Amino acid sequence: MNKKQLKPVKWIVNIAFVIISFIALFPILNLILSSFRPASEIMRNGISLVFDPSSLSLNNYKFIFTEATTYWGWYGNSLIIAIVTIVLSLFFSAMVGYALALYDFKGRNLVFMFVLFILMVPFEILMLPLFQMMIKMQLVNTYTAVILPAIVAPIAVFFFRQYALGLPKELMDSARMDGASEYGIYFKIMLPLMAPSLAAMAILQGLGAWNNFLWPLIVLRSNSMFTLPLGLATMLTPYGNNYDVLITGSLMTIVPIIILFIFFQRYFVSGLTVGGVKG
Amino acid sequence: MSQTPLSRNTSPEYTVPPIKEPNKLFKFLNSKKVVPYIFVSPFIISFLIFSLYPAIQAIIMSFQSILPGQIEFIGMRNYSRVFNPTFYKALSNTSIYVVLTVVILVIFPIILAVLLDSKIVKFKTFFRASLFMPALASTIVSGMVFRLMFGETDTATANQILGWMGIAPVDWRFNAWSGMFLMVLLCSWKWMGVNILYFLAALQNVPKELYEAADIDGASSLKKFIYVTLPFLKPVTIFVGTISVIAGFRMFEESFVFWEAGSPGNIGLTVVGYLYQQGIQQNDMGFGAAIGVVLMLIIFIVSFIQLILTGAFKKEGQ
Repeated sequence: MNKKQLKPVKWIVNIAFVIISFIALFPILNLILSSFRPASEIMRNGISLVFDPSSLSLNNYKFIFTEATTYWGWYGNSLIIAIVTIVLSLFFSAMVGYALALYDFKGRNLVFMFVLFILMVPFEILMLPLFQMMIKMQLVNTYTAVILPAIVAPIAVFFFRQYALGLPKELMDSARMDGASEYGIYFKIMLPLMAPSLAAMAILQGLGAWNNFLWPLIVLRSNSMFTLPLGLATMLTPYGNNYDVLITGSLMTIVPIIILFIFFQRYFVSGLTVGGVKG
Repeated sequence: MSQTPLSRNTSPEYTVPPIKEPNKLFKFLNSKKVVPYIFVSPFIISFLIFSLYPAIQAIIMSFQSILPGQIEFIGMRNYSRVFNPTFYKALSNTSIYVVLTVVILVIFPIILAVLLDSKIVKFKTFFRASLFMPALASTIVSGMVFRLMFGETDTATANQILGWMGIAPVDWRFNAWSGMFLMVLLCSWKWMGVNILYFLAALQNVPKELYEAADIDGASSLKKFIYVTLPFLKPVTIFVGTISVIAGFRMFEESFVFWEAGSPGNIGLTVVGYLYQQGIQQNDMGFGAAIGVVLMLIIFIVSFIQLILTGAFKKEGQ
């Protein structure tokens, strides 16, 4: 194709991308717009495109910030669960990935097989026995029950291993000669070198914990213990008319994720691609 | 008396304490042989308790009838019960969903990624970011928005648009075809940008010289795409296809957010939904476990066939 022929193609492709991007953003933009509209109208009409602009107000926000105490309880539950999950799963997974990559030890391949085993077996089949276990341990309806199975983060282990394979082993040897302990080498020298991979996994694990639904649905029983997705889902009843909380509340669940994403965008992309391309 | 350790050691009247023998326990714990085991031990423990044990337990449970306080071994009875019309309905829903989402989530992201990688498109960063945005919202939140946009009333977004085109409104959540459409749409909308990122990353690895060589040979853009780009995208395509199949068979939330516990005529029932309904809601854990085991076998078989068909087991050059 010569340049003259290419021009209309360029236009068509670019316009197509504008349309596709609009479609991708449309539900979110629609959600933002709806958060300013009266809940009663949304209940009656669903999210409609044509509405009376004079009906826009901050009432939903006023309501959720002053009266929706249950909602903020869910928010707190989600934050606690997400933060603890991120910290624990990164702490343990990074150690495993590092050891798998940089130490020679008997059983290394076996441990790596364990990692692949968890990656292959769908969580849904483990769910019922785990639920039974939580009942026996009397952990049902606690944060612990939600967090415990998530401490094993095989994807994170896999990712950290891939990343640690690229770290210089000589650094460890020279630190040993200087008399550093193995733990000192890990925590003071190697772990800081793994910082980019930690950032990437913090986001992936955080996103997973924040948006997790099925497992919390099973082990959390009382409304006050619910996480955000759970709480919002319970409001989606045929008779529900809590659209003020539902709409503004849904919008605000995205806020921490967006903040996390803006801070670590670079690492997020590498976090997503390492498994797929290098794998 | 606040003396620094340094002045203590240098002061003549202070007796230097004998240098402690290096702690034997610490020496042992710090040896290169032991350290890796310490590093992996928390993982091993949690793997045994939270993955391996439940996996074995799930298989055992699938042969049991489990009631509070009384567990009975009942052989294959759970399995013979699994293959019933409701399960077939759930399985066919899930299979249709898997096929549709995999086709959509492989073909469109490849095309969009190739275009995004080319010189044709401007504002690449903006397009990439906006296509990725849907992945950030949970399925429950985005599903709620979809549910309101695809409401039954004439005034809800989707029906409003249909109305402008002179098409009668649709009861989106109450027809088999539109129910499936909603689930597939939600999934495709959410994961499109993620898969585009996978393909974009793979495209960075295609050597530029190959395109130049093709240019010299006078290859058209389409030919370059088919003979140069696609072969390089094969590994990532297999990867994306495999994870899409597995994720598709595990689908639950898309269905839950549109219909909660039950859809009319089970139009939205999925295999995991059926597992949840029987194992948790009906408290028939043995039966639920059997559904889980069948699901796992299906996933294994399908992934295996997929890997053979895509030639992942073939060696280079074969």
